[in-house]
Amino acid sequence: MTTTVEKRQPPRVSGGEGENGHLEELRVDPIALLERVRSECGDVGRFGLGANEVVLLSGAEANEFFFRAPDELLDQAEAYPFMKPVFGEGVIFDASPERRREMLHNQALRDKFMRGHAATIAGEVEQMVAGWGDEGEIDLLDWFAELTIYTSSSCLIGKRFRDQLTRRFAELYHDLERGTDALAFVDPYAPIESFRRRDAARVELVGLIQGIMDGRLAAGPPADDERDLLDVLMSIRDDDGALRFSADQVTGVFISMMFAGHHTTSTTASWMIIELLTRPEDLGRVTTELDALYANGEEVSYQALREMPWLEASLKETLRLHPPLILLLRVAMEDIEFREFTIHAGEMVGASPWVSNRIPEDFADAGRFDPSRYLAPREEDRLNPWTWIPFGAGRHRCVGSAFALMQLKAIFSVLFQDWEFELAQPADSYVADLSKMVIQLQQPCTVRYRRRDRAALGHRP
Amino acid sequence: MHVTVDPDLCQGHGVCESEAPAVFELSGNHKVTILDEQPPDELRGQVAAAVRFCPTSALSITD
Repeated sequence: MTTTVEKRQPPRVSGGEGENGHLEELRVDPIALLERVRSECGDVGRFGLGANEVVLLSGAEANEFFFRAPDELLDQAEAYPFMKPVFGEGVIFDASPERRREMLHNQALRDKFMRGHAATIAGEVEQMVAGWGDEGEIDLLDWFAELTIYTSSSCLIGKRFRDQLTRRFAELYHDLERGTDALAFVDPYAPIESFRRRDAARVELVGLIQGIMDGRLAAGPPADDERDLLDVLMSIRDDDGALRFSADQVTGVFISMMFAGHHTTSTTASWMIIELLTRPEDLGRVTTELDALYANGEEVSYQALREMPWLEASLKETLRLHPPLILLLRVAMEDIEFREFTIHAGEMVGASPWVSNRIPEDFADAGRFDPSRYLAPREEDRLNPWTWIPFGAGRHRCVGSAFALMQLKAIFSVLFQDWEFELAQPADSYVADLSKMVIQLQQPCTVRYRRRDRAALGHRP
Repeated sequence: MHVTVDPDLCQGHGVCESEAPAVFELSGNHKVTILDEQPPDELRGQVAAAVRFCPTSALSITD
């Protein structure tokens, strides 16, 4: 005799009785929702999102299943409807995520390009602080968001394009990021202020890029060694001689190339400063490490950036506690069975870096900022490859993770070498703005800077 | 020394190829090919660096 075990739908978390399920809670307090799914339902739970259902997986085994699943089973192309109005409807976006990743790889993210990027990033930081007096105040969100527009455009598109950008580009880009309200799961063009600003920002960005393209057409082609990605795209022409890619399409490509690395890096840099400034001991370890490494005025080099365990561990801990993305999504392409549950075709499936990064069974004293957990022999990130997931995991793991860590190390190499910082607000007033799918700091988030007394340290003038 | 790769995790960053070119090579599909699964001991330093700096922790050494 055989027994058939009837598979069932995963349990649904409390709340969300209205027609849009848990959408309103996701728009206001997504962290409470995601944590409640795990606490009420365990590794496999469910919440409602508009007309759809999201099966939320957490814990090592469920995450491994999520991250190892091939695209034919769990597809990510359709899972982020809030990105479509940001990127635009360009023909280029018919390329699969795999193909896009391949293109990125070939151009900028491969290891052999990293050496040049390290110096580029350090140079961009130097340029931003060149305008500082001996002391002053900055808003972390504004400052890092602008810096990372310059670093990412310079590294991914090219120096020539970066030099044609102004602060306005960063402001418009910020409006795009603010246009990621989860309401887009129901209606990406709903008449709300953040969507209106998003669409206006994209139109203005296309205008800026059209202006840059017109200028380049008028000036004629640059020397070969100055060519950037925009020159390459503009060199492709139709049979009748017209530009193959319009300003609208180019804008879409550039927005998408820069998107993944922009708010994520900028937010992580901000939280890193906040965390270290509230923990003098951890900050001391990082600055001591950097002072030793750059004691004789060495350049910020790729090799140097590899040899800073405390800075790297502090970044990893910042990422664990403040993951820039708190919910990663896919769409089930067919009925899927996991444990005693059935996930139906068409349902969304999610994993949460926020929830997983804090699982007490995997991370000792999970709520505590403790960089030493990444040093040998603990190495809790390697020990828990399916729950230490600020960059995701498996085949869809963030392809920019090595670039991101290198970039953040280069930024802090410059900042902490020449400047010291202190909080300009009460420590508990630095909080995340969780009202958008792109999570950033709530403003104001200011800190004070002061030039370090190099002479007193006895090296590098 | 025995070197293995988890092909699900490799994204073809090419760090291993830079660290130990005699052992690792990126192939046409942007994934790593292990040229020598049992490299000689004098390459242990290079291979260990490749394992340590792999951005996706796709490589491991078993003795």
